[in-house]
Parts: sequence; C-alpha cells; structure tokens
Amino acid sequence: MKRRMTFRQWSANNPFISAFLHNKKAIVGLGIMVFFVVVAIFGPLIFPYSPEIDYANYLAKPSWQHPLGTDGLGRDVFRQLIAGTNDVLLVAVLTATITISIGVTLGLVSGLVGGFVDRLIMLIVNVFLTIPSLPVFLILAALFTVNDPLSFALILSIFNWAGLTRAIRSQIISLRERDFIQICKVMDMSTIHIIFKELMPNVGSYILINFILVMKNAITGSVGIMFLGLAAFEPTNWGAILITAKDFGALFIPAARIWLLAPIACIFSFQFGIILLSSGLDEALNPRLRKA
Amino acid sequence: MKKIGKVFTRFWAILREIGYRYRYMWQRLGLALVTLFFTTIISFFLVRNIPGDVILSYAQELAIQRGITIEEAMRLAVQILNYDPEANIFVQFFEYLGGLLRGNLGSSMYVLDVTVVRVIRQTLPWTLFVASIALILSFLIGTWLGTRLAWRRKGAEEIAVSSYIVVSNSIPDYLFGLLLLYVFAYTYPIFPTNGNYDIMTDPGINLPFIGSVLYHAALPILALVFTQVGNWALMMKGSAVGVLGEDYINAAKARGIPDRIIVKKYLKKNAMLPLITSLAISFAYLFGGSTLMETIFNYPGIGQQFASYIGRLDYPMIQGILFFISSVVIFVNLIADSIYSLVDPRVRRDA
Repeated sequence: MKRRMTFRQWSANNPFISAFLHNKKAIVGLGIMVFFVVVAIFGPLIFPYSPEIDYANYLAKPSWQHPLGTDGLGRDVFRQLIAGTNDVLLVAVLTATITISIGVTLGLVSGLVGGFVDRLIMLIVNVFLTIPSLPVFLILAALFTVNDPLSFALILSIFNWAGLTRAIRSQIISLRERDFIQICKVMDMSTIHIIFKELMPNVGSYILINFILVMKNAITGSVGIMFLGLAAFEPTNWGAILITAKDFGALFIPAARIWLLAPIACIFSFQFGIILLSSGLDEALNPRLRKA
Repeated sequence: MKKIGKVFTRFWAILREIGYRYRYMWQRLGLALVTLFFTTIISFFLVRNIPGDVILSYAQELAIQRGITIEEAMRLAVQILNYDPEANIFVQFFEYLGGLLRGNLGSSMYVLDVTVVRVIRQTLPWTLFVASIALILSFLIGTWLGTRLAWRRKGAEEIAVSSYIVVSNSIPDYLFGLLLLYVFAYTYPIFPTNGNYDIMTDPGINLPFIGSVLYHAALPILALVFTQVGNWALMMKGSAVGVLGEDYINAAKARGIPDRIIVKKYLKKNAMLPLITSLAISFAYLFGGSTLMETIFNYPGIGQQFASYIGRLDYPMIQGILFFISSVVIFVNLIADSIYSLVDPRVRRDA
C-alpha cells in the first residue's frame, strides 16, 4: 500500500519545490503577488467603491471612514485603488498570456523547422525589435479606443513578443542537437511528444520567469499610456488615478499628497513583488545559480 | 580583349572578397533598410486615417488667409499636406515616399506653417542632450558597479548593490521622475518645474547659459540614470563573471600582475565588449521613451512635442515624428552592430 506523503516530505523530495521554499526572495515575492490577487478578488466585495461625487468632502485627511483620504471630487482613494487592482492585474496577466503564446509558438516553429520559415520569422522579429515601441504604443492607444483590458493587452503584446521569440528559438536550437532529442528522433517519436514531453520541461522555467517579467512590462506600459491620458478607461485604474491627481494639481497641494503617492506606492510594491519572485524563481530553477 | 577580361575577373574577385569579408555588415544594412521600409508603411497607413473634412477645413483656412478661391486652396492643401484623399492608394504611397526623399516629412494640419522638420530642428538637440548624458553616466556607473560585483562576490557591498537593483527596477522611470519632480521641484523648490533653460540667459557658449541648461536637465537625467544603472550593473556582472573564468585572467594572476591592473586592463575591457550592442538598445529606449519623461518634466524635447501632437490627433505631425524617431533608432542600431563587428572579429565569422 502506498503511504500518504505529507507536504513536508513531498516538498523535500521535489528538488524544485524545496529550492523554491528555501529561497526567501521567491517566498516574499509570491506573498506580495498573492496579496494583490486576493485584494483584486475580494477587495471590492468588502470595500465596494461608489463613484458618487461629494464636493463637501474633497481632499479629506485620512480617517477611519477614508483610510487614505478622498480625492479632488470627494471620492474615497483607498476604495478606488482596490477597485483598480482588478483591471491592472487583468491587463498584466492577459498581456503576459498573449505575449508568451505568440513568443513560444513562433520560437518553437522557428527553432524546429529552420530553413526559410526560420529566416522569415527572424526577419520579422528583428524588425519589431528595432522599431521603438513606446511611440507606437502611444499611437495605437490614441487611434483605437482602448476601453477594455483585452484590447489594452493586445496593444501591449505587439512589441513584447519579439525578444522572447528570439530567446526561445536560440534555446530550442541548442537543445535540438542534444542527445536526448536525437534519441527521440531515432526512435521515431512524434513531434508532439518531442515538443511537450522533451523540450517544454527544459524551457518551462524560462517561460515562467518571462511570464512574470512581461507582466511587469505590461504594468509599466499600461500605466504610461494611462498617464498620458490616451486611453478611455475606468477612472479607477491606478494610472488613471495618478493622472487625475496630477491634472488636479496635486503636485502643488499638500493636502493631495496621499492621493498622488498612493497609486505610485501600489505600482511600486506590485512590481517589487514581481521582481523578487522572478529573481527568486531564477535562482531556484536555474541550476547554475542554485546555492549548494 | 583577353586583358580586359582579366582585369574584369580581378575586379570581380575583389568585389566578392569585400562582399564576403563584410557580409555581416551587409546583412545588417539590409535589415536596417527593411525595417525602415516597414516603418514607412506603418506611418503611411497612419495618415490614411485622416478624416476628409479636416483637409477641407484646412483649405478653407488657407483660402481666407491668402485670399484665393476654395478650389485653388484645396489644390494647395493637397500639395502642402502631400496627401490627396481622392487618389489611388499606390499613388498616395509613392507621393509620400517622394516627399520623404525630398526631405518633406509633413506639416501640421491644424496650424499653418508648422512642419515636422522645423519641430525636429527646434527640439531634437534637447532630447539628444538628455538621452546621451543619461546614457553615458549610467553606462559608466553601471559597468563600474558590475565589475566590482563580479570581482568581489560576497559581502555587504553585494547585498547593498543587489537591493538597489531590485528597488530601482521596481519603479517605472517616469514615475521616479514624477517623484523627483514632486520632492525637489514642488515641495522643496530647488530645481525648476519646466523648460530647458532660463530665458534671461543668452543662448550660446557662455557659462550662465550652460549652467542653466544643466540645471534644467538635472532632474530628468537623474531619473533616467537612477533607473538605468541597475540594468547595466547586472549585464556587466554577467559578462564579467564569464570573463573571470577565462584562461588569460588566471595566467595574469599567475604572472603576479596586480589586481588593480587585472581588473582595469583584462577584466573590464573584455567584459565591456558585448555591452556595445546594448548601448544602442538602451539609447533607443531612452530616445523613444523620452515622450513620457519630457511630458512629466515639461521639457521641450521631441518626445514632449510628439505626445502633444498625439493628444491633438495631428496625423501628419505624428507620422513625421514617428518616422524620424524610428529612423534615428534604426541608424543607431546599425552603427552599434557595425562597431561591434569591427571590434570583435568573432561576430563576423559567426554570421
């Protein structure tokens, strides 16, 4: 009879999990990200946000009723931030998903098929890597009305996939010549098997880390677009709160300090979590960096 | 006859030799041209979004200003904007290409007599100034830090520098700029909140003017350097750790060469080589990213102009500036690749 394993035993046997659990950076980073996900899901239920305008109460100081004070129109800043978390996370995750799907697919095809297809894909990749991305983002955001997370994510993905495609391709090419893949080919195993059972486990960690890093780029990009006021999006999005505060003149008004600084603090702490998690994962998954 | 044939064969052989020896550079040149063509197409399709009545109102304005009939004004408007809404799409494209080749990057469709070339001439030097100073400073500081990190792996210094890298990476550069502006320009008014120089000074090579230029550019440069140094340090560390494993470092140590000279002459120089191409990428980032930074600091560079034209949906201006920014970035990439292939012959062989 199979003995039940406790979590502790299981994690001690799995080298990746144990390396991950012993890496403080990764744990802290994961904790921060889980915190934001929980806030995005349950926050609006506990602290519902109402966009009602209350002129009498504008730029109120922090109190029990308004933990971070109110904005220039008397709306609660704390609840606005919570309501915005969902959109920020959604844009980030969608962008990462789209970017990774395109990058991994094209990288695999380019690396495995080779020849003309490879050269064509690499040409397109090089073109996209050279065209400066931010100006094009801004134009796209201004031309197409961006009002839902998906179109936002599509615009942000256009310029993120190219670098990833190139990196995946070079990894696939170096793996392709290794013995275990050659053996699979000799044994006439299907391409599906080679891709999903042999190649994917080897590039999986790389893809996971990039997923997280693309999320960071997506947040930087989306907040930037919001900041220039080029997207007609929910006024609760962090970038939108920031630009509303700046346009209101929060830079001059001492009472508006928290209104201006709170979204920056949110963006900073979320990205801080992303970077800690990605570098922790890198240390845990990458045998070269793993501390003995 | 035979002699001519011989000369021709020699000539052909020399041509082939040049083509072969610099094939990496030819490839890069071809790629740059293809990218430039793509950019042209992207910016061309942008302008096709112009609503037709905009041209009509532009023509009406012209007619009033110059006292000509509306038909004449319409023809003039088509000529000035270099865009005829009724023409065939291919004709439009070649008209546009022709305009680019003649140095006509377009002109504003809302304000008469504002052209892309003039805007670029006025604003480009400021953007180039900020971007290049920020690039040089962050490269120097970053490579210095990265070398130190690779040379002494453990200790308090490593922890401090790694923490700095994580923190500086966690904040988008424009938000750090906003924070700097908030603290050092509004809360404690040490630095100016907008502009590129004090209008009381006399533009030219004189101390007060240069001082005022540096004073106005200090915060944007600081914001860029703060966020860029970490990346350079990381890249330099990775490269330097690789170099440290090379035989010539061990040989130098065995010969009893002092550490200071090993770091300076053997480690740093070799580890910097692969970073040359990153210089171009970083410059492209700083140059293309100038839009946000300059808008925040109200710094009258090309990026701030670009953002304001996007906000006004002035298509020909957006198109022209986008084309210009992209060509600069493509050109810089080409130069960096060429320099790299000249400095490091291994690249040429691999191509």
